[in-house]
Amino acid sequence: MIELLKRYLRRARQPSIHYSLGFLTLGGFVMGIIFWGGFNTALEATNTETFCISCHEMEDNVYMELQSTVHFSNGSGVRATCPDCHVPHEWTYKIARKTQASKEVWGKIFGTINTRDKFLDKRLELAQHEWARLKANDSLECRNCHDFDYMDFTQQGKRARDQHSSALASGEKTCIDCHKGIAHRLPNMAGVEGF
Amino acid sequence: MKNFVLIPLLFAVVTASFQAVAEAQIATLRKGTPLDQQQADPDQLQPYSDRDVKQPRAYPMQPPVIPHKIENYQVDLNVNKCLSCHARSRTEESQAPMVSVTHFMDRDGNFLADVSPRRYFCNQCHVPQIERKPLLENQFKDVKAVLNEAD
Ligand code: HEC
Ligand code: HEC
Ligand code: HEC
Ligand code: HEC
Ligand code: HEC
Repeated sequence: MIELLKRYLRRARQPSIHYSLGFLTLGGFVMGIIFWGGFNTALEATNTETFCISCHEMEDNVYMELQSTVHFSNGSGVRATCPDCHVPHEWTYKIARKTQASKEVWGKIFGTINTRDKFLDKRLELAQHEWARLKANDSLECRNCHDFDYMDFTQQGKRARDQHSSALASGEKTCIDCHKGIAHRLPNMAGVEGF
Repeated sequence: MKNFVLIPLLFAVVTASFQAVAEAQIATLRKGTPLDQQQADPDQLQPYSDRDVKQPRAYPMQPPVIPHKIENYQVDLNVNKCLSCHARSRTEESQAPMVSVTHFMDRDGNFLADVSPRRYFCNQCHVPQIERKPLLENQFKDVKAVLNEAD
């Protein structure tokens, strides 16, 4: 068995004699597509809500809270799932977020937030990461569904209209500056800007 | 000895029949649907009024009703969403009316630096509204109307 492997390794190091350059290029191309597809499939599989709440930390805490909000159930039946708000669509950002998420898997293995109390202790820090991220990308995930250009101010309440037509329209503020805690319960907000 | 058994028994029978009558006659919101079942034709939920127009107060010490929707506004140990607009330090940005000075007073009438704990849970006193025709005509006359009548 080992002999066989060694033989193959030796062969692999030699330049190709039997296969044409064309075949190799094409083969590489096809394999590339397969690997790429596999990688993306893995990405997609981890990009579903079922995956997000497969660990009890998420199911028992944030998912429970999401259910009572307008982003879970509303008249029109449009639902926001975890990745809608937490994973960027754009590829480079997506990879960056996924790399960060691998760290969260460490957290899972070592039980950083495996009880409700531990989760609540960590909650402010976790929330601050999300606020910082949404602030930096101008609330991109919100805007994937809520497009400012198509907001009909005449159909909004006065409070919404006043703020959206001033601070939001001028770019001085972004969605997350004013809409914290729309999907989950907030941690202690003492000292956070806007509270 | 016999009475000791009979009286409680009689009592039980009478209360049980009262209960049965009451259950049959009271119109519940769930129209008598048993608790462990889902009502077949639930009433439509009315949306909260979000007109943003302040409503008149019936008397000076009435807590004003809330002229906007407050669904999912979190008010608990961690955070008070109402105060993120109505607190003294927040009214410039939100353009909301500041909670009045009575909200800063403790029960001895001392003014505190921030909203008094007994005024922390806003919905104890302030409620949002639903726009519906009243089922009964309201006979209430406010004090001004009464004074005008006396003249
Ligand atoms: C998957 C699409 C989607 C995403 C992503 C999304 N929303 Fe929403 N949002 C909705 C829908 C649908 C509604 C409910 C509309 C209705 O009233 O039927 C809604 C409602 C709202 C409301 C109104 C709440 C209320 O009580 O009426 C706010 C505020 C809001 N979203 C803010 C945000 C913010 C901030 C983000 C980003 C963190 C965000 N949304 C991301 C789809 C989305
Ligand atoms: C300067 C503060 C501010 C910013 C920035 C802001 N909003 Fe709002 N928004 C408000 C206020 C105030 C309300 C009304 C109060 C409420 O619904 O809690 C509101 C209401 C809403 C509503 C409900 C509208 C209604 O009348 O029912 C939606 C949806 C919404 N915002 C989405 C967004 C989105 C999406 C963004 C970013 C593109 C955004 N907002 C940015 C302050 C802001
Ligand atoms: C409508 C957008 C939206 C949806 C849907 C959503 N989140 Fe969030 N999430 C946020 C925002 C915004 C924050 C930042 C904290 C805040 O404002 O509440 C956050 C924060 C968090 C945090 C940090 C801890 C905390 O509560 O602040 C976790 C963990 C989290 N979300 C997980 C999830 C999971 C799991 C789901 C799916 C069940 C989900 N989120 C769905 C918008 C969303
Ligand atoms: C986004 C900012 C905002 C939030 C959050 C908010 N309010 Fe208001 N509130 C206003 C504004 C602005 C007005 C002035 C009338 C209007 O535009 O609706 C107002 C008006 C009121 C009034 C009427 C005052 C009067 O003199 O008639 C009451 C009472 C009130 N709010 C209570 C509350 C309570 C209780 C909460 C929390 C459950 C709350 N508000 C949350 C902005 C806010
Ligand atoms: C114990 C009952 C009570 C509680 C709790 C309470 N209020 Fe009031 N509120 C009143 C009464 C009574 C008035 C009218 C008389 C006055 O101004 O003191 C009032 C007036 C107001 C006004 C109108 C002020 C003005 O000058 O027009 C606002 C706004 C208000 N409250 C907001 C709040 C908010 C926000 C909270 C929660 C932090 C709250 N209230 C908690 C009883 C209460």
